[in-house]
Amino acid sequence: MPGITREEVAHLARLSRLELKAEELDHFAEQLNDIVDAVARVSEIAAEDVPPTSHPLPLTNVMRPDVVRPSLTPAEALAGAPAAEEQRFRVPQILGED
Amino acid sequence: MTDLIRNTAAETAAAIAAGEVSAVEVAQAHLDRIGAVDEKVHAFLHVDTDGALSAARAVDAKRAAGEELGPLAGVPLALKDVFTTKGVPTTAGSRILEGWVPPYDATLTRRLKDAGVVILGKTNMDEFAMGSSTENSAFGPTGNPWDLSRIPGGSGGGSAAALAAYEAPLAIGTDTGGSIRQPGAVTGTVGVKPTYGTVSRYGLIAFSSSLDQGGPCARTVLDAALLHEAIAGHDPLDSTSIDAPVLPLVAAARQGATGDLTGVRVGVVKEFAGEGYQAGVMQRFNESVEILRGLGATVVEVSCPSFSYALPAYYLIAPSEASSNLARFDAMRYGLRVGDDGTRSAEDVTALTREAGFGPEVKRRIILGTYALSSGYYDAYYGSAQKVRTLITQDFARSFADVDVLVSPTTPTTAFPIGERADDPMAMYLADLCTIPSNLAGNSAMSVPCGLAPEDNLPVGLQIIAPAMADDRLYRVGAAVEAALDNQWGHPLLEEAPAL
Repeated sequence: MPGITREEVAHLARLSRLELKAEELDHFAEQLNDIVDAVARVSEIAAEDVPPTSHPLPLTNVMRPDVVRPSLTPAEALAGAPAAEEQRFRVPQILGED
Repeated sequence: MTDLIRNTAAETAAAIAAGEVSAVEVAQAHLDRIGAVDEKVHAFLHVDTDGALSAARAVDAKRAAGEELGPLAGVPLALKDVFTTKGVPTTAGSRILEGWVPPYDATLTRRLKDAGVVILGKTNMDEFAMGSSTENSAFGPTGNPWDLSRIPGGSGGGSAAALAAYEAPLAIGTDTGGSIRQPGAVTGTVGVKPTYGTVSRYGLIAFSSSLDQGGPCARTVLDAALLHEAIAGHDPLDSTSIDAPVLPLVAAARQGATGDLTGVRVGVVKEFAGEGYQAGVMQRFNESVEILRGLGATVVEVSCPSFSYALPAYYLIAPSEASSNLARFDAMRYGLRVGDDGTRSAEDVTALTREAGFGPEVKRRIILGTYALSSGYYDAYYGSAQKVRTLITQDFARSFADVDVLVSPTTPTTAFPIGERADDPMAMYLADLCTIPSNLAGNSAMSVPCGLAPEDNLPVGLQIIAPAMADDRLYRVGAAVEAALDNQWGHPLLEEAPAL
């Protein structure tokens, strides 16, 4: 399998919302290439007929009765917010000005 | 050094219940110890002096009022900084959460408080529990009390070091790939990864949700059992919590301490030996196997061929889940926000914040996980890793048809020097070679001290592995080995640690 290139790492960093510096990119690209080489070994024994396991437990949805219960007050929920206004989280602009 | 800090949790709880000492005196003795040695050890990120003393006063008041005290009432504990604590800072070792004060308690925190356990503070850890040395903490490394220039293991190095430095008789860790057991092994303490789903993850800051499991850390097997029983049990707030009764772990530890393992079948995992395993680690491990035989256990060799693929599978599955879990750190609702100068978009602020707030290992794993989940690579990487997970689970099932527990060294080597593997991820990952299979399969496992490696006089851990929902077997076998070794040495291993 091909290794991972510096361009790919830059693309993945953008997808991951990580504003990497150029020297970080160089360093990570080299390290990630080694790591990807090593972990690619999993394909050696992952035969067609082996079912995948995503979780150690057989998962089922867990429901609770839909009733109102005590929860955080707005002040508690906003206590850790970087910025808050009128009982809401204040965030930087999400859409453009136009 | 006073007895108050050297006593086991069981002894401390008994002394408080009998009125021989107050919970406040016990808490103060530990706070004093932290004050005296933690500048050197750096096990704690935050010491909650007021909270600890107030919890201790509540236990003393309860006793004075004639109320019944639980089996751990008044016993101090060091809590890994990955569990939320209402009103007490919680960072998960990351700058991105520096200064964050959670508005709620994790279920585990709640249960500790309800049990009258005195939480002394929050312990240092690799950032978001990603690491095997605690060097990935944004707030500086922790020293191993056996040799402060060496790592205490990770990610729960702070919890293990707090025990070994007599700063607390009990601690809590989380084990995603070995983060309870490996620090236990390299600090000469006991660490247990419970069966996945038996200790609530509500309020545990998620790294890899299908692997993360909180568990007990202690200086003795019995103390670990007492703590394990206090934190385990079904929690409706965790959708992966198993609704089953808590096993009689304390009884199993007491039974094991009698030293009779007649009828217990032990399998030695053949694959966990050979190249990369330190000679002194293997020597102590092999001696432990002889001890098990001497106590009446039947020992056979067991082969688990897929285990050699556990490490690569883990380094695909854990980063994949992490890349998704850590998306919540977006600078919008809590934690750090960088670059919000009125001109930048939310997306740019998120990217700048994550760049400033995450350390290198977290960034590497987010990128690796994003890669493994990308279309075009998904089948080859994440998909194959999930198949390896099946094969490993099958290896365990086959083995446990013939034996009651499996054993191996907990780690291939003793504690390495701080800095040696800090920027060599592949070398660092090898520290969890023997512990990872149990996370992938979800079964239970323990590390118990089994001596010092002759070449460096550093602690070695024996790993005992049991099937899921059979954690009691760990305590029976672990307590038997502990009793035999304490008897052989004439004292617990930790007494050989140099004074701080």
